[in-house]
Amino acid sequence: MEKIIDVKHLSKSFGENVVLRDINFSVHKGEVVCIIGSSGSGKSTLLRCVNLLETPSGGEIIYKGENILDDKHNVYKYRQKLGMVFQQFNLFNNFNVLKNCTIGPMKLLKRSKEEAEAIAMKYLKLVGMEQFINAKPRQLSGGQKQRVAIARALSMEPDVMLFDEPTSALDPEMVGEVLKVMKELANSGLTMLVVTHEMDFAKEVSDRVVFMDQGVIAEEGPPEQIFNNPHQERTKEFLKRILRR
Amino acid sequence: MSFEWIIRIATENWPLFLRGAGITLLIAIIGTIIGAFIGLVIGVIRTIPEPERGLKKILLKVTNFILACYIEFFRGTPMMVQAMVIYYGSALAFGVDIDKLWAAIIIVSINTGAYMAEIVRGGIISIDKGQFEAAHAIGMNHFQTMTTIVLPQAIRNILPATGNEFIINIKDTSVLNVIAVSELFFTTNSIAGSNFRYFEAFSIACLLYLVMTFTVTRILRYMERKLDGPETYTMNQMQV
Repeated sequence: MEKIIDVKHLSKSFGENVVLRDINFSVHKGEVVCIIGSSGSGKSTLLRCVNLLETPSGGEIIYKGENILDDKHNVYKYRQKLGMVFQQFNLFNNFNVLKNCTIGPMKLLKRSKEEAEAIAMKYLKLVGMEQFINAKPRQLSGGQKQRVAIARALSMEPDVMLFDEPTSALDPEMVGEVLKVMKELANSGLTMLVVTHEMDFAKEVSDRVVFMDQGVIAEEGPPEQIFNNPHQERTKEFLKRILRR
Repeated sequence: MSFEWIIRIATENWPLFLRGAGITLLIAIIGTIIGAFIGLVIGVIRTIPEPERGLKKILLKVTNFILACYIEFFRGTPMMVQAMVIYYGSALAFGVDIDKLWAAIIIVSINTGAYMAEIVRGGIISIDKGQFEAAHAIGMNHFQTMTTIVLPQAIRNILPATGNEFIINIKDTSVLNVIAVSELFFTTNSIAGSNFRYFEAFSIACLLYLVMTFTVTRILRYMERKLDGPETYTMNQMQV
């Protein structure tokens, strides 16, 4: 299978504080990879390094055969190929729902208004928000905002979708509606990299699970291995802690 | 009776009063607009994230230093003094006698610019970091992020403070009488001087200032509501 993103020896430190050490992993086309681990294990930082919201301190990120950390590589063009969904939604507050989904395609991909709106409507329907196109973000609930955020990212028709704890800021009753959308996306063959605390989601949907602990990848494998038969002591302890809750 | 004098002065001199008020409003409007524009440019420059290395970093540092000097100087000295220095100074230094009205507009503009620069900077840094990140994440560069996402929100947020500046400008043009611009204060002073009815003449000026500031306040409130858009939204029933 074709590797879309290949991370090699990636490291990241904030001053003295080393957050990521020698990370190696890759995402293949059509694959759903979940990154799990306790808070502070570096999983969000890893995701943010992948789309360069954080500048890695060392290593390589190979995207379709090219190292995007090369100075000559166009960061902005690269980011257009990655859809990002944030924990805090981060919808553009000055635009309504539809414009949130069309501003990127129109401004960056130079699509016509009609074309961009048609694509946006397709994805807004997919997430069940097509009735709310005239609403401003402040008029929506958390779950609705997150579904629009997913549609906004999809409207750029990216190669990979990155999710940074997309349900962590939601009320428990809204988690379900967002996970449902994400499951549909995963089943549709979209390439996804998901940082999550939702173990059931990771177990059910992912092709591969990456367990991170203290800035390194402690264990990586199919969900059956990680959840039912973890090889590493650290993984066992983490699962014991989190599943007891 | 002073009330009768007020009526009399008003009926005899109303074209002069209106002209004075007009000049005051003109200086305040143009000064605020140019000042807001200066402030916007400086505010945007001062919030550019520092490049990690190279010539750009040095260039930005030097620019920021110059801008900081500008802000400190014009916020730190009275506009009345600035007016004297700029008006008489330009005559002395370059031998040019700039038109008084233009001098007044220039002084108000650069003075407002200094205040607005800080207001704009405050408006920009008050925008949630997530808005920048979301814009960067879909592939916008710094300029696109600023113009499409951040500034529209920042400008909405600083509108009340900008309105404040406008009102202050309407009132503070009165200090420009020191360079003999025929704005409302200067006009009133000459009207009063001709009949020694200072209380009556300035009561009229007082009322005119109040009418101007009050009107501006209402207009700005209306603009704010307009920018906020409707409180509710309509459901889309259309099948696309």
